[in-house]
Amino acid sequence: MGGFFIDPLKPVDRALITHGHSDHARAGHAHVLATRETLDIMRARLGLGSGDEQQEARLGEPIRIGDVTVTFHPAGHCLGSAQISVEANGMRIVATGDYKREADPTCRGFEFVPCDVLITEATFGLPVFRHPPASREVQGLLDSLKLFPDRTHLVGAYALGKAQRVIALLRQAGHDRTIYLHGALESLCALYERHGVDLGPLEPATGQEKKGGDKLPGEIVMCPPSALQDRWSRRFADPITAFASGWMRVRARARQRGVELPLVISDHADWDDLCRTVVETGCSELWVTHGQEDALVHWAETNGVRARPLRIVGYDESEIE
Amino acid sequence: MNRFAHLLDRLSYEPRRNGKLALMAEYFREVPDPARGYALAALTGDMGFRYAKPALIRALVEERTDPILFRMSYDYVGDLSETVALLWPALAARAGEHGTAPTLPEIVEALHVAGRSEIPSLLSNWLDRLDETGRWALLKLITGSLRVGVSARLAKTAVAELGDLEPADVEEIWHGLEAPYEELFAWAEGRGERPDVSDPVPFRPAMLSHAIEDGDFQKMEAGDFSAEWKWDGIRIQAVCGRDAHGALAKRLYSRTGDDISGAFPDLVEALDFEGAIDGELLVMREGLVQSFNELQQRLNRKNVTARMLKDYPAHLRAYDLLSEDGEDLRPLPFAERRTRLEALVGRLGGDRVDLSPIVTFDGWEALAAARADPAGHGAGEDAAAVEGVMIKRLDSPYLAGRPKGHWYKWKRDPHTVDAVLMYAQRGHGKRSSFYSDYTFGVWRQGEGGADELVPVGKAYFGFTDEELRRIDRFVRQNTVNRFGPVREVVHELDQGLVLEVAFEGLARSGRHKSGLAMRFPRVARLRWDKPPREADRIEALEALVDPS
Ligand SMILES: [Zn+2]
Ligand SMILES: [Zn+2]
Repeated sequence: MGGFFIDPLKPVDRALITHGHSDHARAGHAHVLATRETLDIMRARLGLGSGDEQQEARLGEPIRIGDVTVTFHPAGHCLGSAQISVEANGMRIVATGDYKREADPTCRGFEFVPCDVLITEATFGLPVFRHPPASREVQGLLDSLKLFPDRTHLVGAYALGKAQRVIALLRQAGHDRTIYLHGALESLCALYERHGVDLGPLEPATGQEKKGGDKLPGEIVMCPPSALQDRWSRRFADPITAFASGWMRVRARARQRGVELPLVISDHADWDDLCRTVVETGCSELWVTHGQEDALVHWAETNGVRARPLRIVGYDESEIE
Repeated sequence: MNRFAHLLDRLSYEPRRNGKLALMAEYFREVPDPARGYALAALTGDMGFRYAKPALIRALVEERTDPILFRMSYDYVGDLSETVALLWPALAARAGEHGTAPTLPEIVEALHVAGRSEIPSLLSNWLDRLDETGRWALLKLITGSLRVGVSARLAKTAVAELGDLEPADVEEIWHGLEAPYEELFAWAEGRGERPDVSDPVPFRPAMLSHAIEDGDFQKMEAGDFSAEWKWDGIRIQAVCGRDAHGALAKRLYSRTGDDISGAFPDLVEALDFEGAIDGELLVMREGLVQSFNELQQRLNRKNVTARMLKDYPAHLRAYDLLSEDGEDLRPLPFAERRTRLEALVGRLGGDRVDLSPIVTFDGWEALAAARADPAGHGAGEDAAAVEGVMIKRLDSPYLAGRPKGHWYKWKRDPHTVDAVLMYAQRGHGKRSSFYSDYTFGVWRQGEGGADELVPVGKAYFGFTDEELRRIDRFVRQNTVNRFGPVREVVHELDQGLVLEVAFEGLARSGRHKSGLAMRFPRVARLRWDKPPREADRIEALEALVDPS
């Protein structure tokens, strides 16, 4: 239909991109349709590979492609993230992309779209995944900072979305001190600020020698998850490693990564919200992709919705952002 | 319960011993009696109620959730308590809707009096009133498997550090105390006297030896020392004393202070003195020491059959006397304690208790000769049960722990090492359903100064099928991490499994983290009785490297 692909893994002629994470926004497409923020993120991350021809999709405004109508709707996942609805012959299919329904100060909130067929993500598609309120987790981080005022609190978070959300949540919780950034986070934080997201005082975590060494005791340092166990992290004052991720719900996962302070903060819908969304869209058919498909398919079928897993070759759970 | 759950949660993520101590100390300082005492009992494994079986918990959750979703979740999470804690119907989880969270004392006191049939309804009511961390902690508590990397000893150390007590001070009165330990906390905080433990048969923390090293002999004057055989059995303490009614109470303790009297009624019956003897548990028949294998038939048995008592009679070979008729002998020099011990054993009669004979020597060469040929130096037909010699300073008091410069062990066969099981992997062929490949390690000083285990080899055989089943069970119940087919097994100072590993030789190797490669290692025996802290150190291996 329409001769386009949503979040294709391989280069195609016409790609519709839900959001800027690397497992969705790949390089090399000839024509890219995405929100303004997503296009901006793709240019920042992929440079020349971000599409020969770029077209901006405005949220809620239908776009005609061949004999189908395509509309982008906010997905609440990260800056610029969208669900994509495709209509033809009186039938509507909605691909959620990655989404969450919990409020997020750094992006527009999710809006559910009634549809006939829902293509949902299922990153946290098991009933053990029930995310606590993010504000509670952030409070845990601030409590630890009080308990260990001499230790650097090193917070691992994905560079696009999670890092900015954690910073914004810290600001909401009243933490107004400078937050220090690993080099890999700087440009995306700047991009968020250009799009009007206020992140408060930020500084590079390294190169602070003039202020009595760069050990940063009692400060929050944000870094990508891979840097937590890196040599890089050893420069700080007896660091406590925190990791903001929905995976932190499962203890073995946290311990495997040597995390001392797991923060269960996710940018994906949890089990309850995945189920709620299926019900609210009123879909009669569900395709499940991107994660733990089997449990959600089983749940849908026991609740009267036809469902099937849509396994996409090339996705690796560890890559999911 | 919430505060206790928070403690367990933090402990489970805190990798460092000092961090764990700080968390426990903070908890003990903040939380009032009796909750903190029950928490201490939970950490030391002295809860005293009957633990709930996993099947009961499964049944509870399957009543409330879709069994298929439960199974998928359990497969994913891998831990029953955690799966149920996360899966428990969310409606109930919101605090306030189902009343306030139950307190730890409320739970513990109810479990003490509850009949088996009442447990399910109590449990589901509590689960409804707790959040997910609270549910997780509750399930860990009632199944008796906290596994947060805290040993009983570490928990007691945290109590000692509330004031200026030593861990051994707490250890010494521990067996006379009961949860919720109010007088113990009062004593530790300087608000009360040392609890008057009415226990007439307390455990006294054992004194341990160092492996002798090359340079040691030059610094040691042979005339200052006594030597005796190191017997190949299990180190125990036999304690007898009068209770309040004047009856003679008797108890056998393992080297770590576990009460093992129940497994050795034959030996207990024969004890008839007032005092505490430190010695070796052996199986003896017709006056001869039997192999360690035979002794193993008597270890870790829940039921002792008459047949076992007859076939494998237990025996105590006495090394030391720690107290006699209410007098603490530990401050006395070894030589004096030995004289008292000889007199006591002489009075005992019977054939269940005898003296570990002194090995006479007039210089280190003579002792080396005795060690090389125990049969010709007094051990006679028992020579096969001699592991080496113990060298004890004549004027040493009996000191808890492993003090330097007092006792040395000089093993006969240097090619064995006590190592700690670190990782296990499934085997091949008919063993593919068992974890049968073991990576083991020994202690060394880590970068930060604290001791750490470093892997030194892998062993695939040397154990019986029965032993394999028991190690396999241990591995499954004590997994702390999974890496594909490999499981990381708990290996901390006081938690873990010690393997006595025999090997043919040792060479330097750049390929191994330890810098050493072992030739032909195999499991010589399982040391369920030994805590990992007593396993060997890398220095002991370094001394054995084959000259290349
Ligand atoms: Zn994704
Ligand atoms: Zn994403």
